[in-house]
Amino acid sequence: MKKVIFEITENSPLAAGVYRLRLAGDTSGVTAPGQFVNIALPGLYLRRPISVCDAEPGLLTLVYKVVGHGTEAMAAMGRGERLDVLTGLGNGFDTALAGDSPLLLGGGIGAAPLYWLARTLRAAGKRVCAVLGFNTEGDIFYEDEFRALGCDVTVATADGSYGAHGFVTNALPDDYSFTYACGPEPMLRAVCDRAAGDGQLSFEARMGCGFGACMGCTRETVNGPKRVCRDGPVFRKGEILWAS
Amino acid sequence: MGELSVTLCGVELSNPVIPASGTFGYGYEFAEYYDINCLGTFSFKGTTREPRFGNPQPRIAECGAGLLNAVGLQNPGVEAVIAEELPKLAKVFCKPVMANVSGFSLEDYAYTCARLDGQPQVGWLEVNISCPNVHGGGMSFGTDPAAAASVVRAVKAVTKKPVIVKLTPNVTDVVSVARACEDAGADGISLINTLLGMRIDLKRKRPLLANGTGGLSGPAVFPVAVRMVYQVYEAVSVPIVGVGGVRSAEDVIEMMLAGATAVEVGAANLVDPYACRDIIAALPAVMERYGIENLRDMIGGAHG
Ligand SMILES: Cc1cc2nc3c(=O)[nH]c(=O)nc-3n(C[C@H](O)[C@H](O)[C@H](O)COP(=O)(O)OP(=O)(O)OC[C@H]3O[C@@H](n4cnc5c(N)ncnc54)[C@H](O)[C@@H]3O)c2cc1C
Ligand SMILES: Cc1cc2nc3c(=O)[nH]c(=O)nc-3n(C[C@H](O)[C@H](O)[C@H](O)COP(=O)(O)O)c2cc1C
Ligand code: FES
Repeated sequence: MKKVIFEITENSPLAAGVYRLRLAGDTSGVTAPGQFVNIALPGLYLRRPISVCDAEPGLLTLVYKVVGHGTEAMAAMGRGERLDVLTGLGNGFDTALAGDSPLLLGGGIGAAPLYWLARTLRAAGKRVCAVLGFNTEGDIFYEDEFRALGCDVTVATADGSYGAHGFVTNALPDDYSFTYACGPEPMLRAVCDRAAGDGQLSFEARMGCGFGACMGCTRETVNGPKRVCRDGPVFRKGEILWAS
Repeated sequence: MGELSVTLCGVELSNPVIPASGTFGYGYEFAEYYDINCLGTFSFKGTTREPRFGNPQPRIAECGAGLLNAVGLQNPGVEAVIAEELPKLAKVFCKPVMANVSGFSLEDYAYTCARLDGQPQVGWLEVNISCPNVHGGGMSFGTDPAAAASVVRAVKAVTKKPVIVKLTPNVTDVVSVARACEDAGADGISLINTLLGMRIDLKRKRPLLANGTGGLSGPAVFPVAVRMVYQVYEAVSVPIVGVGGVRSAEDVIEMMLAGATAVEVGAANLVDPYACRDIIAALPAVMERYGIENLRDMIGGAHG
């Protein structure tokens, strides 16, 4: 974890209510795809957790969806403005588990953290299949970016307005070595039920601190209570317990 | 440079700044961010006799100048704290730690305090009496002077360490509870715990927290805490630990002027893990600005 002041170099719309934020500054605290950052916003008491969509030395890319006061305030910020950010939070995905042909499943804004994961897996020579699910055509982002990495990309929309009709679990390929998923909890649950073999899933929780101090984000797991912010947000399929 | 040290129940603190219980875990994880030996001490996560998972999600809600929490005293239980958490802490913290204890019956409090009394790392017991009394119809121990005093007596009987009683602000007359605790033998009083609150989700039209209510803390509660510390200072002679909404060196001094010997910082640690380190670092310059040579001289300074 590192506290860093970043400068906004880009904050541009990608899809309906979805923006890409690029931040220049010290990225040395960010060590694995699937980690997140926690952003202080003027006038709001708690920070806002956002996953790292991509990271390279000195440059962080985040993709966020406007859903409330905090993300609205983010959308109103412009180039040159500064943000106080805690970086490198959470465990991230373990790329060593991927096997030869990993499957990446992203639901809505949950596709964002899979981008850096896909780039890392492609750089390691893996055959990457990405299935990205959205509600409707206007919500789609990063289809071309995933394709440009050399991933085999399928887009599904719940209303059938683009690509495959239905959820990501309706568009699973036949053969894959390991599953990585990020998205809303009902999707993660369906993925756990429907995707074959082992996998890692990235969860969300309401957070107080984002770095392990408050126990605000705890969920029960097979291995006892775990903090989504510090022991997660990525959990192994076999660890997960679902609230009934 | 001004003198920052204070003495809390006979134990010297290099400065009065103490991370508050529930916002600093068992301390060692913060040692990854800075050398926590710069702290006066810290109060560890509220510990109970048995392990507790706490409340369902969501447990956190934001408000204008603070947050509500309904963590529900999640902790691994006193045996795991002794076997696992304290040894990890010993590697990174060489000062006495404040052990925060919760319970749901007098036996719980006595048992947990007796176990922690045997730990050389523990400098003080901070007894949180905001919890519901399962034998008292679920009413909080801290809302009734007689029930509060009974907890103090039960704890004092099993420990030689200083006992600091942490009071709830959710009462009409905090002074009578403080007096009852002092009369029952408390060595110090800390206040305030969180104020009971609620937020409602407009989308679901239901309370935001799964627990319904939660405890309010953060800058919003600072004036309430200052007022209560001020009132209790007039009524008791044991030292007071001021807690609630502190986020700056100025706030620390204000709390001391109200009557606090030491000052706990809670929610501020959650929005900035370096908050306590930075407050301590800022104290000398703020003292100089206000012509303060010795911080001890500020304790209760606002009283005529
Ligand atoms: C580990 C993690 C990674 C995330 N990554 C992304 C991402 O890459 N892109 C993205 O758009 N969103 C992401 N989110 C969700 C994002 O944090 C929330 O959408 C955002 O905090 C909403 O803030 P707001 O002020 O706009 O909404 P409000 O509803 O006004 O927020 C009020 C409070 O609720 C919290 N909150 C609201 N929705 C959520 C949620 N879904 N999860 C957790 N807390 C919430 C806020 O943080 C704040 O404390 C992530 C959440 C987590 C926990
Ligand atoms: C997430 C959270 C957990 C807390 N847990 C405890 C606890 O276990 N025991 C306790 O005595 N107080 C607990 N508190 C209360 C704080 O120690 C403190 O009294 C209160 O938050 C007011 O201070 P603040 O405004 O600086 O946060 C908790 C507070 C928060 C925010
Ligand atoms: S959000 Fe504070 S412990 Fe996870």
